[in-house]
Amino acid sequence: MMKTITSLLAGSVLALGIAMGANAVTLKMAYDADPVSLDPHEQLSGGTLQMAPMVFDPLVRWTQELTFEPRLAESWERIDERTVRFQLRKGVTFHSGNPMTSADVLWTYNRLKSSPDFKGIFEPFDSLKVIDDYSFDLVTKEAFPLVLHTATYIFPMDSKFYTGPDENGEPKDKLVKHAGTYASTHESGTGPYVVTSREQGVKVEFDRFSGYWDKASKGNVDKIVMTPIKEAPTRVAALLSGDVDFIAPVPPTDHQRIAGNDKVNLVALPGTRIITFQLNQERRAEFKDLRVRQAIVHAINNEGIVEKIMKGFATAAAQQSPKGYAGYKESLKPRYDLNKAKALMKEAGYEKGFSVTMMAPNNRYVNDEKIAQAVSSMLAKINIKVDLKTMPKAQYWPTFDERAADIMMIGWHADTEDSANFTEFLAMCPNKETGAGQYNSGNYCNPKVDELIKLSSSETDAQKRAGMLQEVEQILYDDAAFVPLHWQNLAWAAKKQVDIAPVVNVMNFPFLGDLVIKE
Amino acid sequence: MIAFLIRRLFQAAIVMFVISLLSFSIQDNLGDPLRELVGQSVSEEQRQELRDQLGLNDPFFTQYLRFAGKALQGDLGTSYFFKEPALQVILKKLPATLELVFGATLIIILLSVPIGVYSAIKPHSLFSKAVMGLSIVGISIPVFLTAIMAIYLFSVELNWLPSFGRGVTEHVFGYWDTGFFNMDGLLHLLLPCVSLASIMLPLFVRLIRAEMMEVLESEYIKFAWAKGLAPTRIWFLHALKNTMLPVITVGGVQIGTMVAYTILTETVFQWPGMGFLFLEAVNRVDTPLIVAYLIVVGAIFVVTNTIVDMIYGLVNPTVRLTRSKA
Repeated sequence: MMKTITSLLAGSVLALGIAMGANAVTLKMAYDADPVSLDPHEQLSGGTLQMAPMVFDPLVRWTQELTFEPRLAESWERIDERTVRFQLRKGVTFHSGNPMTSADVLWTYNRLKSSPDFKGIFEPFDSLKVIDDYSFDLVTKEAFPLVLHTATYIFPMDSKFYTGPDENGEPKDKLVKHAGTYASTHESGTGPYVVTSREQGVKVEFDRFSGYWDKASKGNVDKIVMTPIKEAPTRVAALLSGDVDFIAPVPPTDHQRIAGNDKVNLVALPGTRIITFQLNQERRAEFKDLRVRQAIVHAINNEGIVEKIMKGFATAAAQQSPKGYAGYKESLKPRYDLNKAKALMKEAGYEKGFSVTMMAPNNRYVNDEKIAQAVSSMLAKINIKVDLKTMPKAQYWPTFDERAADIMMIGWHADTEDSANFTEFLAMCPNKETGAGQYNSGNYCNPKVDELIKLSSSETDAQKRAGMLQEVEQILYDDAAFVPLHWQNLAWAAKKQVDIAPVVNVMNFPFLGDLVIKE
Repeated sequence: MIAFLIRRLFQAAIVMFVISLLSFSIQDNLGDPLRELVGQSVSEEQRQELRDQLGLNDPFFTQYLRFAGKALQGDLGTSYFFKEPALQVILKKLPATLELVFGATLIIILLSVPIGVYSAIKPHSLFSKAVMGLSIVGISIPVFLTAIMAIYLFSVELNWLPSFGRGVTEHVFGYWDTGFFNMDGLLHLLLPCVSLASIMLPLFVRLIRAEMMEVLESEYIKFAWAKGLAPTRIWFLHALKNTMLPVITVGGVQIGTMVAYTILTETVFQWPGMGFLFLEAVNRVDTPLIVAYLIVVGAIFVVTNTIVDMIYGLVNPTVRLTRSKA
């Protein structure tokens, strides 16, 4: 009884506060960039995925422990090899006031299938079959283990809101990257926040959606003002001076400064983006020799790089999959051993070494240029002379596509949060037709690896599948298919009363709907 | 005067043409715009399709002619990122940059003239020596360092001034929102303007001092002293007027250069102006926006130089803008 009264009181105080415009809890935050569009299907990028859970809710979402949490889908069950049946939550409305039903999910699914950025992820899917207003089947072409992984990308959009012509006579659901579309500037999702104003590159303002379905959410932020601040020192200064309450990302150089300040909190999580170097076997006959590749991996002290260059802001890696992924194999450890490296070079007949070219970006990954320099000097110790060239990412990617150097840097984050994705893009035999090995500049090719990945993509038994993926990591490790460096950490910082720790995650899209700001 | 303006207009057209051709021809070296438009895992096939849609696979001259044809009608292309006409995007950001440059110019004029004149009149005073010493330091410190140090001192440590952005702005007309008419906007202007001014101020102090000292040595000033004119009249009327002639010329060019320095200042302060816009456009390989920016900045240079030439004519009647027939 007492509890009811208190909560009633709290509720009316809250309502009063909002009505008076005072006491409304406002979060001022700064990311390094603002979302490119309000259309969640326009571009598969970090900015979009940070915006999407604020404005649109997904069917299911990831938890901090990398398990699945029901959102708009209340429950699901696998009916047969190819079908998973979902039950939708009832009573959910869009920002426009329209109720959400299976028809909206179907509409969203079809639009995803036509989006250049997302259609690849949805390639294994055959169709979405609506059963009734609140249940539907996702049917895959073959048995497919990643149905839920993929469902995290389904953010149902308001099909009625996005149907029909806009004021210019264009269809409202038009999906074009380089022209202003209705969907890129208007939104109606089911998420916790409604976009109230937006000036690209300057500011986005959000208000809490009064009809938000998730009443159980403890989130108490009524208004969010998001400003992009590109320069890291300015972003940190804005937090320390109190101009904003929450920032991300936090550069490694400022960690100590922020951790030492008693007004702000730093939250860091081990990341899932692997940074690697690839050794091009087509350009260099030397790299075809396993001993040379092994020597290179043994010559590179990636734990030293993590400590000295990354200031501990990374986890040294020996494989692609970070901990928590199905393919992660505990026994694979970094293997820096300079004497062994020298011995291997001698055994391979390259005691005198050789010269190679290396390229890396200088504004894509944290400290990318410094890492490349460090690796060059480590390779010099086994007499491999490196001619290093670094360039901005805008120029780097076309160069990477040309495979323009013998050793090239690449970082990868699996869009599916799944181990197979790394290998599909980075280590499978390059194949123009299937798109496999699109970023495998090393031209490493092992039919056994390809076979295991193909098997794993239709294996629905999670344990068996993990076994296959771990075997892949072991083979890549033994073959020294690439040079693993580290997984970049992620870091956020906020004022003490802003409780960010429970809402951040390794995907780097904080669930701000659940954010609590303490008094 | 009219003939002069017409000739300038003609020259401007040539300048614009050359800039557009140059900026258009470098765009292939800036990187691949598609990379910034799509996610990393999108297939090469998809990318080629989009490239075809954007007309990026056409030969250079086809692309340039298409661009030039539209440009003549005032359409400089559509920004990939903002998805709006590039010219409109830049014009929206122009007021923020002009306010920054105006504020910095104001600081420079208000400080450099009195300081420069004083240190020319009293070259051996302690103050003059200190100014000369400081000005060397000022010239040598890059503007982004000044800016970051200013932020740490005044925003983080002292908490007096805001660290980024424009703050509250008021709508004037068109795309012009100003920060000049309210306290919050002015406070936000202060640090960026001072940082931007810091690079030019020492230059102008030294320039005015040097010019003034030279003028003070000239015959007509000596004559004025001999005539027994009041020192203030000699310094501020006779000497200063001739001192300012070269200063105005240099000043005009430097204001143009200052627009270039705004790139750094705006980036550090997250100032939503066109300098920051340009840097972002380069990072994102937003080629239509880059080309449009270069053309607009070219136009600003031409306009400021034309105005400077006209003012020069007013200050010094012996300078004729057009060659007279006589």
